This record gives sequence, structure tokens and C-alpha cells, in this order.
Amino acid sequence: MTTNNDFRICPDTGLKWHRPAEKLIKLNAVAAVVFLLVGGILGLGVGLTRWPEVHLLGPDTFYQVLTGHGINVLIFWIIFFEMAVIHFASSTLLGSRMAMPKVGFGAFVLMVLGALLNNYAVLVKGNSSVMMTSYVPMPADTLFYVGLILFAVGALINCFLFLGTLVIAKDEKTYEGSIPLVTFGALTATIIAIFTIASGAVILIPTLLWNLGFVSNIDAGLYRLIWWAFGHSSQQVNVAAQVSIWYAIAAILFGAKPLSEKVSRFAFLLYIAVLQIASAHHLLVDPGLSSEWKIFNTSYAMYLAVMASMVHGLTVPGSIEHAQRARGFGSGLYEWLRKAPWGNPVFSGMFLSLVGFGVLGGITGVVMGTEQINLLIHNTLYVPGHFHATVVIGTTLTFMAITYWLVPILFRRQLIMKKLASLQPWIFGLGMTGVSLFLMGAGTLGVPRRHWDILFSGSNGGYEFSAAAITMMGLNGMSVILACLGGAAFCVIVVGSLLFGKKIGENEKVGTPMIVAPVTDEEYATNKSSMTIPGTLGMVAVFFVAFALYYFINWKYLAQTWGLS
Amino acid sequence: MTSISPPARKVWWKEPIEKGELIWIAVVVVWGIILTLMMPFWHIYGEQNLSSEAYKTTPETYLAKAQAVVDKYTIRTEGDYKTPVVKPPAGEDIYLVARLWDWWPYFELKKGESYRLHVASVDWQHGFSLQPTNLNVQVLPGYDMVLTVTPNKTGKHTIVCNEYCGIGHHNMLGSIYVVD
Repeated sequence: MTTNNDFRICPDTGLKWHRPAEKLIKLNAVAAVVFLLVGGILGLGVGLTRWPEVHLLGPDTFYQVLTGHGINVLIFWIIFFEMAVIHFASSTLLGSRMAMPKVGFGAFVLMVLGALLNNYAVLVKGNSSVMMTSYVPMPADTLFYVGLILFAVGALINCFLFLGTLVIAKDEKTYEGSIPLVTFGALTATIIAIFTIASGAVILIPTLLWNLGFVSNIDAGLYRLIWWAFGHSSQQVNVAAQVSIWYAIAAILFGAKPLSEKVSRFAFLLYIAVLQIASAHHLLVDPGLSSEWKIFNTSYAMYLAVMASMVHGLTVPGSIEHAQRARGFGSGLYEWLRKAPWGNPVFSGMFLSLVGFGVLGGITGVVMGTEQINLLIHNTLYVPGHFHATVVIGTTLTFMAITYWLVPILFRRQLIMKKLASLQPWIFGLGMTGVSLFLMGAGTLGVPRRHWDILFSGSNGGYEFSAAAITMMGLNGMSVILACLGGAAFCVIVVGSLLFGKKIGENEKVGTPMIVAPVTDEEYATNKSSMTIPGTLGMVAVFFVAFALYYFINWKYLAQTWGLS
Repeated sequence: MTSISPPARKVWWKEPIEKGELIWIAVVVVWGIILTLMMPFWHIYGEQNLSSEAYKTTPETYLAKAQAVVDKYTIRTEGDYKTPVVKPPAGEDIYLVARLWDWWPYFELKKGESYRLHVASVDWQHGFSLQPTNLNVQVLPGYDMVLTVTPNKTGKHTIVCNEYCGIGHHNMLGSIYVVD
């Protein structure tokens, strides 16, 4: 059995790191950044090809690169990072030894192997340009499916190790009372992940058998139904993980406690409650599904999750406002926000992520997830525009922000190029905001996604999209360059710090406080205003008005198209 | 204490909820109900609703039906591939074939009249994207989906494929002419 010698007490934060878990967290985080780098470079190729005046790649390469881009960033970067997050939220935050770390290393090896095999099929063999969704009956290389399945098995093992660690921590009484909110959030993410991976197995294993010739046919509609139970739920894993990190950053930088444990935890639970058929809003214009089914499953399965995110959207900044006011930044509506550490990439990254995810990603997600409005949006560039707001500005930027904190705390290295680091979330966030807005703009004008040549130069007859749409594709290309500069800056800073950053000894302090002292009840009591969080309420009110206006504008737009019944 | 440590009060679920949070939760719940009700509302009062009507089919059966309509109502052919342009009477069942890499045949429809437009793929998945009016529907092999369409603007409309379907995807176009 393990002994206490296996732990390292962090001199800056007091966190108790179980060394094998620490090593595993490092490995997963580093693998994540490597795949982010690969996926990001491929993304640059996509963006520059979609820019009509540049049109960088040929069609074969474009579809190949687009497939690789989606899988490397949406699956490999994010899930490797999430493995690091769940072990941190269990073993480290609870000060507990990790369950079966050796199995964890085995799972890591499986995931790396799976990711490499998949990339080999897509990028080297080049016969698997089937996009991330690999819709049947379009075939990919056998290794494409094998790689994804191995990766998923590894991730699933990590999920069970996380649960095992929770059991150990409870059993060995490493903490008192309930698990922290952040751990609770990670727990919801893990539960959703288990459902997600099970759905993935249900569809990918038969698809592999079909690919090998053991199964004669896979129904295209059924594939989409089950694939999206995997594909969409995995986005709910991302949301739960990223929101957990928002709460963690509010605690780390402001000493903030949740406004109400009850509300925040309940909101996390809603993510689980609604995940069963959350795939429905990907199938709103599919044949063979009834309107009743679609309406029930979008409203029940999606709007409850939307509500949960809207609640977090208030409680995360609200808890920061509450803490800041208690610390004396209480003047006016927004002193608490003006005096926040905007030069610290941990904060700026997190806050930009919160705003971008909510305003750009959240509103548009609800609009396009409405049964009838989806007719205007399905498979246009609006869809990637939307998910670049949720998954890139939301999840990726959040993960980048917490990485700046993890470099000194976990890797014991000083950050290099601090000036660039403080600008990086702004460069990346601004670039990605452009990507998201211009893709959605072009999508609104009908431009299709996953399309090599929107000028139709080689087609029989051809079609001309409006000049505005073409202009937006150019602006999108420029935004892609900006975002890639931001992404490259992140990779350079992180990899550079790990290799060349000044080493920090195990018992040495970083120099600046890495976790701010928790705001005390006495400090909170000094906030005498009748409303605890007037500034945050003002922000969500503006958000809500924008949401409602944009939602009803889309109904008006829908009313102008062909009659359909 | 904070979100990264266990709650300070062990019985945290009995703590009162902050007033601002309560107001927002109320707004969010009411909004969720409005969002839900808008969809059935549009089914009753709106004019753009996708029907649930769809049939299982096979490429052979579907192509035969499409061919029968083409034989009956073709008024001219167009383009390099002599694609038939079909002008059916209002209310008729017409069949659009999605295949690698074209939409076949073309149609000429009258503004304000309704047609039962069937759409199905005979090979991989495709995306029916009608431009510039911007109407988008997923097209699957094995499923014959029936859209009752009522064109409301005259002119040439183009069908773009917006589900990736391989190397010729970006060349897959079709036409629907709407006349008075």
C-alpha cells in the first residue's frame, strides 16, 4: 500500500499532490497541448482554404485536413486535458491517493496509441477523409475506427479511476463533509463521459464490424441518432469541465465561494438529467422523426441544460463580484470588474471564455436548436461558427487559462514571456470571436459547411453566393490567422516554460500567491448593499435582452422562406 | 470555504438562496417555457414546418419512381449532362434524387402552388440546401422524405449539397425554377 511519502505538499497552495497522480496529470496535459498544436496547424489550413482569394489547399488535402482538424482539437486535445482535470479535481483537490495509478498509465498509453492510429489513417494513409462524424455509408480506413475505439477505452478507464479515487478519499477521510463544488462539477462531467463513451461504443463497434465486412448494412438514420448521443454528450462533458474550472479560477484568484452551493450543484446535476437524447437537436431536419419527438427532446433535453448554463453564467461572475465587494471593491456597479486582474491570463482567459461561451455560443445554440429555425441553419457554416464559440472560446480558452496556473503549480516552472502570456487570451479570444461571427454570418447567408469551393468554379452551372458572404469568408480567414497566432503563442509559452522556464524547487515558493486566501464571513458581512450582485444582474439583463431579440428575429427570417408542411 | 474546498457548512443545502440568483432563476425558467412553447405554436400558426412523412426505400425503387415522373413531365433538358427539367402539375408527387455528385432531375414549379417533393439519396448522405431562399434538410440513403413545398419567389433556385459526400461534394448542384 502507499504511504505518505508518495505525496508532495505544495508550498504555495497547500495542495497535496499524490506523486503518481501528479505524473499522470502532467502526461495528459502535455499530450493535450501536442494535439492542440497539430489540430491548430490543420485549422490554419482550413481557414486559409475557405478564404476565396487565397484558397490554399486542393480539394483532397482540404477534406483530409478538415477531418484531422476536427478530430485532433475537438476530441484529442480536449479529452486529454479533461483527463488531467478529473484527476486534479479528485486526487489533488481532495488530498487523496489516486486509485490504481498504474492502470492510469496503461489508459494513457491506449489513448496515445488510439490517437496516433487515427491520425495515421487520416493524415498519412489519406483514405479516411470522412470528417469527424464519419457518417455511414461513407467508409474510412479500419484503423480510423480502431484508433477512436482505443482512445475511448482509455478515456473510459480514466473515468472509472476518477470514481475509484473519490471512493478512496471518502473511505480514508481525506476531507470532511461534502466534496468541493469543483470536484462535484468534475463528477458530473465524468458521469456524462461514461454515458458518452458507452454511446460511442454502441455505434463505433458495429461500424468497425461493418467496415470489416461482418455486418452488411448500418442504417444511416440510426447511425446519426446514436452517433450524436456520443457527439453531443461529449460537448456536455466539456461544458461541465469548463464550468468547474471557472469556479476553480474564481476561488483561486478571488477567494470566492459559490453564491449558493445548492444552486450551483443543482445546475450541474441538470447537465446529467438531460443528456439521454440530447442528440435530437442534431436531427431536427432528418427524415423519419416526428415533430413531437423532436420538440420533446429539444425542449426537455436541451433547454434544461441551457437553463443550467444560464444559471452558471450568473453564479460564476456573481461569486466573483460578491468576493470583490467584500474585499473593498464595492463602489458603483462595476468597480469589482474594473479592478479584476485583467493582466493575468488566468483571469482574462476565463472571463473572455465565460462571455464568449454565453453570448456567442449560448444564444446561437438555442436559436439553431429550435425545430423550425434549424431549417435555416442546418449544415451551413453557422454550425461551425456556433461551436467555435462554445468549444474554442468556451472550453479551449478555459483550459488555456488554467494551464497558466498549472505551469508553476504542477510543473514547478516559472512562466516565460509573461508579457506575451498576458496578451495571449486576448489575441486568441479576439481571433476566435471573429471566426465564430463571420462563419455564422456566412452561414446565415446559406454558405455550406465542409465545402471546398463556395465559388463553384468547377461545377455544372455554378452558383453565386452574395458578395457579403464572400467578404465574410475573407474576414474569417484573417480571424483564423489571428486566432492561430494566439494559439501558437500559447504553445510556445507553455512548451517553452516547461523546457526553459526557471525551475521552482519543491519547497520553494513561486513568489506571488497562487491561491488567494478565502474571503471570510466577516469580510462578506461588510457588503451592506441591498443587492449583493447588482453588477452581474445588470450584465445578465443585457444578455437576456440580446438573446430574446436575436431569437425572435430568426423566427421573422424563417417566415420569409418557402412554405413547408 | 471556496469552490475548491468542501463547503464550510456541512448542511449546505439548507442555506438560503441569494435574492439575485432567485430572480435570475425565475427569468430563466419562464424563458425556457417560452422557448418550448414557440415550437408547437409555429406548428399551428407558422407556415414553415417540416413534415414527419417519410418512407423506407431502396435505390432501385426510388430511382424507378423518379424516372416515371421524368418520363411523364419533362419539358426540356439542360447542361452538359442533358439533365431533364420536369414541370409537374400542382399537387403532384415529384422525386428528387441525391447522388454522387448531382441532384437529378431539375424542376420547374409555379409560385404559390404546392408540390409533394420527395427527397432521398441513392448512395451516401447528402444535404439539400435550397439557395438563395436558404432551406436546409438532411438527405439519407434508405429514407424517402416528403416535403410539401410552396415556392414564394420566382426565379432560379439552386440546390447546393451541404453534407460532405466525398471528393466531388463541392460540385454537386441542382436547379429548381420558379415561374409565375
